[in-house]
Amino acid sequence: MKLFVIVEVAVLAVGLGLALLRTSRAPALFPLRLLTSVYVDVFRGIPTILLVYLIGFGIPALQLTGLPTDPVVLGGIALTLSYSAYVTEVFRAGIDSVHRGQRDAALAVGLTEGQTMRHVILPQAVRRVAPPLLNDFVALQKDVALISIIGPQEAFRVAQIIQGQTFNYTPLIAAAILYLMVTVPLARLVDRMGGPEGVVR
Amino acid sequence: MSAARGEVVLEVRGVTKAFGERQVLRGIDLTVREHEAVALIGSSGSGKSTLLRCIDLLEEIDDGDVFLDGEVITDPAVGPVAVRRRLGLVFQAYNLFPHLTALENVVLGERRAHGVSRAEADERGRALLARFGLAGREDDRPDNLSGGQQQRVAIARAFAGRPRALLLDEVTSALDPELVGEVLAAVRDLKGEGMTMLIATHEMSFAREVADEVAFLHEGRIVEQGAPSRVLDNPQREETRRFLRRFQRIDQKI
Repeated sequence: MKLFVIVEVAVLAVGLGLALLRTSRAPALFPLRLLTSVYVDVFRGIPTILLVYLIGFGIPALQLTGLPTDPVVLGGIALTLSYSAYVTEVFRAGIDSVHRGQRDAALAVGLTEGQTMRHVILPQAVRRVAPPLLNDFVALQKDVALISIIGPQEAFRVAQIIQGQTFNYTPLIAAAILYLMVTVPLARLVDRMGGPEGVVR
Repeated sequence: MSAARGEVVLEVRGVTKAFGERQVLRGIDLTVREHEAVALIGSSGSGKSTLLRCIDLLEEIDDGDVFLDGEVITDPAVGPVAVRRRLGLVFQAYNLFPHLTALENVVLGERRAHGVSRAEADERGRALLARFGLAGREDDRPDNLSGGQQQRVAIARAFAGRPRALLLDEVTSALDPELVGEVLAAVRDLKGEGMTMLIATHEMSFAREVADEVAFLHEGRIVEQGAPSRVLDNPQREETRRFLRRFQRIDQKI
């Protein structure tokens, strides 16, 4: 739960920052805009579970000093990288959905580009994307649960190994049920936290 | 026109603007003097809105110059934000900020752009709303207001920054006919206090009543400009006559 909160805050911060970069108009920021869209393409394209494996096992395998080896920290980094890509796109869609007349009006009363974003565009954009953001919270919460039960990341892997040896799919089903036992109660809990605006019913 | 005319506030010289292949402004020359209202008339697509947006630096012009109080404002070296703080623009579609109340809409620019304290901005904002007949509606959001009320909030918002000149972009075109009068009354009120204005409009009778000069914009050029009595009643150019005849026919149908 603590990990979820930390990762969620990081995801919101990174996602918002990247969305602001992606929607900026300053020509000088073009290289950063390009990098942002590469980031989104890459990390949205890689399955989260694969990223958790890659970073969770790959980083310690490099045996470099100074890099974290704690699986919880590495799992948190992997989730942040993955979810930030989704949330960047959610924020960007929100920013783009605000009518351009709003920007014109804000500039016309003498606001700077930054003030226009802060006082006029973002407040409207964030309100509009609250439901899809909440959806991503639920998904993230579930994926955090995934890391914590596979903390010894065995449930799924062991099932795979047994299945590979015996061609018996029962272990995979058992693993799926194990996941559901954690994710369904969490999802219901988040629904309740979301109140009447909760998207997932 | 009387002999003693005010100083030139806005001067547009040779302004051209194209959107891709489409040449919208083909060399506009226009002068607006202090305390005077110039009505910009012309059919839809003649470039009225584009000209106003270019003057407020919401669009970059391709060629020419715009001067505000004798100072060129269309030079890329001039900061657009400081220029916009000296002008007010009212949009055809109001463009109020929907997440803010009427009062917050009016004071946003003053507080953020002009650094006025909240108490002072609020006090002035309330007075402005009251002046335009909106006392008691300060805390309403735009979607609780009629089109006419929204446009009056927008006029108060543009006026709140004490602009040197107000640019009005067909401020009644999006309104139901019965709401046009209350918005025109607000504009008349500003004219009465000597506000300098450039008014793009389709309301010929209003142009006649409130404007000191009428400029007819046709295919990206101002083809005729002068006192309303001359341009509207005794147009010299064939294009102006044709345009006005179309309007008279519409008036007769109504």
